[in-house]
Amino acid sequence: MRTALVVLRKDLRMEMRTWETVPAMVLLALVTFVIFHFGLNRDTIAGQEAAGVLTATLLFAAMLGVNRLFVAEREQGGFDAFLLAPVDRSAMLVAKAAGLFIFLTALEVIAIPAFKLFLLGPSLGPVLPGLILILVLANVGLAVIGTLVSAIAVHTRARDLIGPVIGLPLLIPALIATARAAGPLFNAGHVSGAPPGKWLAILALYDLVFALLAYAVFDFLLED
Amino acid sequence: MLAAMPPAIELRGLARYFGERTALHDVSLQVPDGATLAVLGRNGAGKSTLLRILAALLRPHAGEVLVFGESLPRRAFAVRGRLGLLAHEPLLYRELTGRENLEYHAALHRVDRGRVDEVLAAVQMERRADEPVRLLSRGMIQRLAVCRAVLHDPALLLLDEPRANLDPAASALVEPLIGRPAGRTRVLTSHDPRAALAEADLVLALKDGRVAYAGEPAGFDDARLQELYA
Amino acid sequence: MHTTYGKGLRGLSIAAIVTIGAALALAFFYAPLDANQGFIQKIFYIHVPLAIVTLCGFIFGALMAVQYLRTGDRRWDMRSYVAIHMALIFGIVGLITGSIWAKASWGHWWVWNEPTLVSYLIVLLLFCTYQPLRFSIEDPERQSRYASVFAIVAGAFVPLNFIAVRLAQQYVHPRVLTLTGGNLPGSMLLTFLVSLLGISLLYATLWKYEMAAKNARSQVRRLRRTLLGEDTMRPVGRSAAPS
Repeated sequence: MRTALVVLRKDLRMEMRTWETVPAMVLLALVTFVIFHFGLNRDTIAGQEAAGVLTATLLFAAMLGVNRLFVAEREQGGFDAFLLAPVDRSAMLVAKAAGLFIFLTALEVIAIPAFKLFLLGPSLGPVLPGLILILVLANVGLAVIGTLVSAIAVHTRARDLIGPVIGLPLLIPALIATARAAGPLFNAGHVSGAPPGKWLAILALYDLVFALLAYAVFDFLLED
Repeated sequence: MLAAMPPAIELRGLARYFGERTALHDVSLQVPDGATLAVLGRNGAGKSTLLRILAALLRPHAGEVLVFGESLPRRAFAVRGRLGLLAHEPLLYRELTGRENLEYHAALHRVDRGRVDEVLAAVQMERRADEPVRLLSRGMIQRLAVCRAVLHDPALLLLDEPRANLDPAASALVEPLIGRPAGRTRVLTSHDPRAALAEADLVLALKDGRVAYAGEPAGFDDARLQELYA
Repeated sequence: MHTTYGKGLRGLSIAAIVTIGAALALAFFYAPLDANQGFIQKIFYIHVPLAIVTLCGFIFGALMAVQYLRTGDRRWDMRSYVAIHMALIFGIVGLITGSIWAKASWGHWWVWNEPTLVSYLIVLLLFCTYQPLRFSIEDPERQSRYASVFAIVAGAFVPLNFIAVRLAQQYVHPRVLTLTGGNLPGSMLLTFLVSLLGISLLYATLWKYEMAAKNARSQVRRLRRTLLGEDTMRPVGRSAAPS
């Protein structure tokens, strides 16, 4: 997947040049935490409630990132340039999904501490490894679906709307699994730090199925 | 010159539609290896569509397209590396520098990075190559686009209005890369039909997607020219 | 190129009407009256078959979309489109009847602890985006391609979604239909099966009917273009439907 690395490097370079995506995602996440504070009228939250708030926030921030993913390709001829090259087409899927995964990780590096600071009651330290595992799996799902949906949306007229509108229902199983896996971790006094296996398995299954599916259909989205 | 080599391009009954609109209909043609084909016609006559089909970016809806003996789109992967397209859009990312853009394309085409310096020098863009593309003038962008098109030393050049935005000095700079001296098989369109005719071995005139004339430039006189653009 | 869908349409329609009539008769007169919920419980005989046919319709749509991507034959895309949009209509009626059943069974117009109903809602929300998606892509070939990709992804989503929601919900009420087979008494089972057959036939009939109409329209256009020349064709406006 040498080609995928080439495209990924180009995308990361573009992001570091323009800072279009990650700062917006981070800001949205932070503002959403504030909104939840006022909406729920609570100083701290814990347990399943906290997991739900965190998951929903990450989901919405991801949808924001998704919108920008293919726009440069569409508007500046990136698709043509890629299609002219003697490369495997699915490399673009891998590159874009990897890029989105990296953006989401960058988002979480800032958002999780912010979440602890603003909203989370119980301590984060002991459950951090478990939480990281959940987030890695969740990010894969978000990245795959986000890339797929963004590739579909970029050629439509209502570009910014279609992406989230299709993506969010598709992500509901991932949302359920992520939130339910994280719920026990945020319970006050919970020390063992291992997320429930059932939900991790569902998340992994979801990731696998949609990754394979996306790989199979992506070529059809690139042709003219 | 036109020995036993197979033609570089062969079209038989090519057709392409966009919904209800016919972009190309029943286009047949042969272009020998090393020849220059000028495609003439009004805006919307199908010139750009034809180029995109030859570049394997669009698939034909009917008929056959053979490039270097390979049928498109089925065998597109076999010829992609030998095609170079200079399109309406420069296909460059505005936020990256010229050099970064070219290195990206070089990596995609598996071309040695030294080649990037080579083409930049050929069009005299070395000094401005490290500025973001959005800061460059249209003429400079066009020069970079030419670099991009010839980076991988393609055997077939597909040139859509190659001299757009180029002043005479710049035009002279790109001539060895995309003009007759390059010695490649070329398909070019131009808004200036007479200039295109002057450097063509073959002419294809399109009117509403259909062939109005296909043959030697000598047979394409002024009367036909008037009729085409009427 | 010359398939017509009108063949067998009359027979199919008659079969559908007869079966539905039989199902209604059975529901009203044969099936037992529920002690707790009363007469309104009988909406079950309409709701569940509608839901089943809807989901099968979406999956058929996905399979036909696969065929379109494999062959490039636009007719598969038309079949897929009709299957999905017909299933969506059945689905919305199914959702409404589901709500009525919820009211009858648990006293509320909507319940979260019935996982099938909830995942059904999510699937419907997803497929509601199918037509807007089609409408927002102008190039017909791209429209068909992207719609097919969507149909396949959404079709794969249906079972995953059901599993996830099922596991997530704590359900209090006993399941009426389980994967191991129904725990319905004989008379209810018969009524249910007849109703399922009737609604399936209705779906097939309506699908065939719409395919026949669309097919005829597109063949007429093609004839006009051939006979009268292309200039007489009025440009087709943007549409969500393949033509």
